[in-house]
Amino acid sequence: MGKALTVFEKIWNKHVVKEEEGKPALLYIDQHLIHEVTSPQAFEGLRLNGRKVRRPDLTFATMDHNVPTINRENIKDEISKKQMEALKKNCADFGVKLADMYHPDQGIVHVIGPQLGLTQPGKTIVCGDSHTSTHGAFGALAFGIGTSEVEHVLATQTIWQDKPKTLNVKVDGELGLGVTAKDLILAIIAKFGVRFGTGYVMEYTGDAIRKLTMEERMTICNMSIEAGARAGLISPDETTVEFLRGREMVPKGEAFDALAEEWLALATDEGAEYDHTVTIYADEIEPQVTWGTNPGMGVPVSASTPTIKEAEHPEEVERALSYMGLKENQPITSIEIDHVFIGSCTNSRLSDLKRASKIVEGKKVKEGVKAIVVPGSFLVKQQAEEIGLDKIFIDAGFEWRNSGCSMCLGMNDDIVPSGGRCASTSNRNFEGRQGNGARTHLVSPEMAAAAAIEGHFVDVRQYAGVPS
Amino acid sequence: MEPFKQHKGIAAPLNRSNVDTDQIIPKQFLKRIERTGFGEFVFLHWRFDDNGNLRDDFVLNQPKYENATVLLAGDNFGCGSSREHAPWALEDFGFKVIIAPDFADIFYNNSLKNGILLIKMNEEQVQQWMKKAEQGLTLDINLEKQEITDADGNVVSFDIPAYHKEKLLNGWDDIALTLLEEDKIRAFEEKRA
Repeated sequence: MGKALTVFEKIWNKHVVKEEEGKPALLYIDQHLIHEVTSPQAFEGLRLNGRKVRRPDLTFATMDHNVPTINRENIKDEISKKQMEALKKNCADFGVKLADMYHPDQGIVHVIGPQLGLTQPGKTIVCGDSHTSTHGAFGALAFGIGTSEVEHVLATQTIWQDKPKTLNVKVDGELGLGVTAKDLILAIIAKFGVRFGTGYVMEYTGDAIRKLTMEERMTICNMSIEAGARAGLISPDETTVEFLRGREMVPKGEAFDALAEEWLALATDEGAEYDHTVTIYADEIEPQVTWGTNPGMGVPVSASTPTIKEAEHPEEVERALSYMGLKENQPITSIEIDHVFIGSCTNSRLSDLKRASKIVEGKKVKEGVKAIVVPGSFLVKQQAEEIGLDKIFIDAGFEWRNSGCSMCLGMNDDIVPSGGRCASTSNRNFEGRQGNGARTHLVSPEMAAAAAIEGHFVDVRQYAGVPS
Repeated sequence: MEPFKQHKGIAAPLNRSNVDTDQIIPKQFLKRIERTGFGEFVFLHWRFDDNGNLRDDFVLNQPKYENATVLLAGDNFGCGSSREHAPWALEDFGFKVIIAPDFADIFYNNSLKNGILLIKMNEEQVQQWMKKAEQGLTLDINLEKQEITDADGNVVSFDIPAYHKEKLLNGWDDIALTLLEEDKIRAFEEKRA
């Protein structure tokens, strides 16, 4: 037996093309995902230098950030339209497969990768989007890159990387009823801060993680970047294998069984060492709500906003409360919302929509609240409609939209107006993220659904209809 | 990329932690397909009110920082989205050097690729410079020597990974360098096929 290794180290070692002491390593990239917003300048760079896409077969593109979620046939925003047309032309010119806005595989890039089976354990995956960490849920090494790096990967299928340190985020125990993966990751970031992962690759371990479904694991890994970590991983296990079995881009039959064995062997070895370990107890976690302007500014729903003078950085708390239009010591359940967004690469998968639908079934969205559901992909939308979720949401007063990033970052028309307050299942509550002057509270799909009905935050555990 | 060897310029303080790339360049400008012209939109909603007037209460709007080229920033600068539009905007606005206790990983890489020098410096020193910058502070940054000198001749040294330093000093194009490793990349692909 060799040295006990973490899943990260095993993947890293298998992808080093060149490594010299004191220098970044050249890593091979197995899967490059592309979207319309961070790629046009990269393709332009290739053209200017007369370069080609080295491995179009390992590259896959979709349109998600900019796409309208209604009236797709008539895009009024000329600049957005131009950007989508640019992606179409770039993919055609360079031979890259594209799921455009009308394609059945279209969706948020971090939803369709796993859905198609492009995301697999052991792969190195990059995309010009920081939430690429999502794919780490499968035991893949996946991280977001900038546009210069997109160009670099297109041209060389490799990337220079300083080897990150490893951080074990151990989650013991079990999540309580009505407490979700979203609450767990928000609680982790609230406890350890928005920069504790900087310079690290995080691996989530422990009993609570093992019990999570793949969709829940994706929610966790998705927000690793909000703790500063470029990548978050979970060791592959039988849950991973079963999720991928039968997916379009994975081998079938015996070839799959052989691959599955390789995947399972990637799991972190007993006794492997990490540079740092933190522990959190799942049983102690309540549903979470963020009150401030970064994802670490969150508290349990039963709590209140902080006291300014007791805070570690009073001026930061004061500025955040002021932007959010909140007082100190204000009970979370007293905060009234006027917008609800259920969607994004964090929480727009079928299980998210199912759980939210159970909360709203037979009820009505509070008057004055604008609530939208934006499925993560065309397929998620279709599957949801097959089981009647669209009807449940529409009957309750939600709008049922087409897939895309939508109100998570408001690049299309789905924005929260200035001064508006949104219960959002997305991943960032930065100033102006959902619209200039908009105020965002990050929550789970269940918490967002309940807030839509009541018009303010409620503890979903005490709410009739909570899924059992 | 232009080589970076030395730069002398006025320092401006932005004393906030966790400044995210959504603040540096708001999403409505990410629809453009060019690399240039983002400077006028940098920190848009901090610099301007809803009517497009300059906000008096935002530090970078003070006339004394108008020609600043060195940004003194708080911890975890550049967190959040991977948008390279953030360093494009900062560079286009005139910043050549950013000094902070720490930077977000993706932002650090993106800036480096655009020839912006990012210097990690202990919090105490950054705070000291921020205070001095209120009265006017010019810093002379020498990458070769890894030294920062103020107008009084005080010298502070800084760390930077040797590889990053070499790249900035030479203004190397990453892709051209990597393509020199073509044989290794091909060998890797053949071995795995």
